[in-house]
Amino acid sequence: MPKVKFDILESTCVPLPFENVDTDQIIPARFLSATSRQGFGDNLFRDWRYTKSGEKNTDFILNDPHFNGKVLVAGKNFGSGSSREHAVWAIFDYGFRAVVSSFFADIFMGNALNNGLLPIVISEVLLKKLLDLIQKDPGTKVKIDLEKQIFTILSTGDSVKFNINPYKKECLLKGLDDIDFLLSIKGLITSYENNKIQVK
Amino acid sequence: MNSKTLFDKIWDSHVVKSIEDGPDVLYIDRHYIHEVTSPQAFNGLKERSIPVFRPGKTLATADHNIPTRNQHLQIKDQLSRNQVERLSENCQKYGIELFGLNDPKNGIVHVIGPELGYTLPGMTIVCGDSHTSTHGAFGTIAFGIGTSEVEMVLATQCILQPKPKRMRITLDGKLHKGVTSKDIIMFIISRISASGATGYFVEYCGSAIRSLSMEGRMTICNMSIEMGARGGLIAPDETTFEYLKKLPSIPGIDDLEASVNKWKNLHSDTDAVFDKELKFDAASIKPMITYGTNPGMGMAIDDTIPLSDDNGNKASSSFLKSLDYMGFKPGMKLLGHPIDYVFIGSCTNGRIEDFRAFAQIIKGRRKAENVTALIVPGSKKVEDQMVAEGLTELYKNAGFEVRQPGCSSCLAMNEDKIPLGKYAVSTSNRNFEGRQGPGARTLLASPLSAAAAAITGKISDPRDFMTEEEKVKI
Repeated sequence: MPKVKFDILESTCVPLPFENVDTDQIIPARFLSATSRQGFGDNLFRDWRYTKSGEKNTDFILNDPHFNGKVLVAGKNFGSGSSREHAVWAIFDYGFRAVVSSFFADIFMGNALNNGLLPIVISEVLLKKLLDLIQKDPGTKVKIDLEKQIFTILSTGDSVKFNINPYKKECLLKGLDDIDFLLSIKGLITSYENNKIQVK
Repeated sequence: MNSKTLFDKIWDSHVVKSIEDGPDVLYIDRHYIHEVTSPQAFNGLKERSIPVFRPGKTLATADHNIPTRNQHLQIKDQLSRNQVERLSENCQKYGIELFGLNDPKNGIVHVIGPELGYTLPGMTIVCGDSHTSTHGAFGTIAFGIGTSEVEMVLATQCILQPKPKRMRITLDGKLHKGVTSKDIIMFIISRISASGATGYFVEYCGSAIRSLSMEGRMTICNMSIEMGARGGLIAPDETTFEYLKKLPSIPGIDDLEASVNKWKNLHSDTDAVFDKELKFDAASIKPMITYGTNPGMGMAIDDTIPLSDDNGNKASSSFLKSLDYMGFKPGMKLLGHPIDYVFIGSCTNGRIEDFRAFAQIIKGRRKAENVTALIVPGSKKVEDQMVAEGLTELYKNAGFEVRQPGCSSCLAMNEDKIPLGKYAVSTSNRNFEGRQGPGARTLLASPLSAAAAAITGKISDPRDFMTEEEKVKI
């Protein structure tokens, strides 16, 4: 797993005001044949970003030059469906570092945290407000302070505390990796195995 | 005070260490891998120069990215071929048993695990595939994981996992004739939405669940993820034990009777408390079909498309976008709507009972001219069984070609794609935009409804094609 540090992020946002954006939309299955983690950003939201004939779909938000930034703001139940981590790799590879929604699918949330992509849950009310603000002014900036767990819309001053598992927060702040941790407790794992076998 | 749910009993006995304010270190008994979500995990091991910790606890199959015709020939698509070859190399290098292409035990990971006796009650099971929840039918904690977690399991046989909340869904009452386990789970998802169980692990209970075969239970647990659940499980009972006793062999179990006696303790205590309880009446379920682009958008096959989304919002952009993609309008009736494709297969409905159900309706009838059918067994064993029971011949006589096993059109990684704008009645699990191919329009349904559509060329009620006697059998 890549070791990515996350601390404070200040950025404009890209709005995606749809609910239930599933991982097949984020990265369609036909682009999952690669055997490395790199390059998936090219096909992020592939079937929304490009027309059937392969031209850029100018109606889609990622192709609108007014909207850019490192924060993706999306409708509820983002990342539902398949467990493909490729969805997170695609979002990260494209350049996003955080996704804001009112609700994430479980597996996507875990995958994001394992790859340095910060999922931030805010209320439906604030999400709607933020989506409206960005639509009106693509220059709308947000600030994410992971250490303090504070999410702020800079132009309005709306500021909320967001939740994150303290262990995962520590990992992200320090760029630590779950596998390093698990390897460090291998003795414990082995003794668990021995005890379990005795019980049987 | 010490009453526990079945989920808690299994989970708690697999915790190696609890991290304060953090996830649990959970020990994994069985790890299934396939070609698509494993290569990057093996790359990680290579970069760290570490071995697979317990290679005997991981099993591999090639299923997602393989053709369903001419499997004896070299895979044409270079990227797909490379991915399948990489799996073989990695399995050989790290000492992992592989049921690869052309192996008589090959098949979809969630079909072969149970049929080969690798999925057993009380286990923790993971796989880099969200439909790992299927194995919960045996009373296991089974769930899908990402590739980083695949790497964790390969490296340490453990993953870090926050403990989900517990939900119990009870289904009592008598099922109507022609209503299958697929209809049951589609009904539940339509009631609670595609995200209604997010954060929960579900236990399915009640007389209607108990009445189901193991294959029916697998269909139910398989689609737990489609309502957002981390997984779903059903306590093992005589049906489970009978299924296991009929298997030719169970690897690692010498005394099955002793194991069965132990497994009889795997149930929730009578006064165990769940974080959420839902109850449904089995008699209220009819054959189901989806009309939108997530599995929560489902209805009885003879119903009309709702006028608004779950929240009563008629102008919801997500709702309208979804119907627009499908070429449908609010209030529309779907019975009689022409279709172009039928797909029967996948880890949801690719087992022998599914093909028997399909056969029951197509027997003595012909495939409609306007329909292209993809008939894909879930495994080599299912394929062989179809031949042995005369189903393959019956399908052929009705104008259907039986393909070779694989995930096929469920996610359309291979060439089995539904073309742009075409309607497919599919026994798979997801009706997402483009899931079965760019622009494909998926209508999820049971094998019976798929069969009715296949012979009429339009969305049809399967009950119209069944005798009273046949309905009783299902």
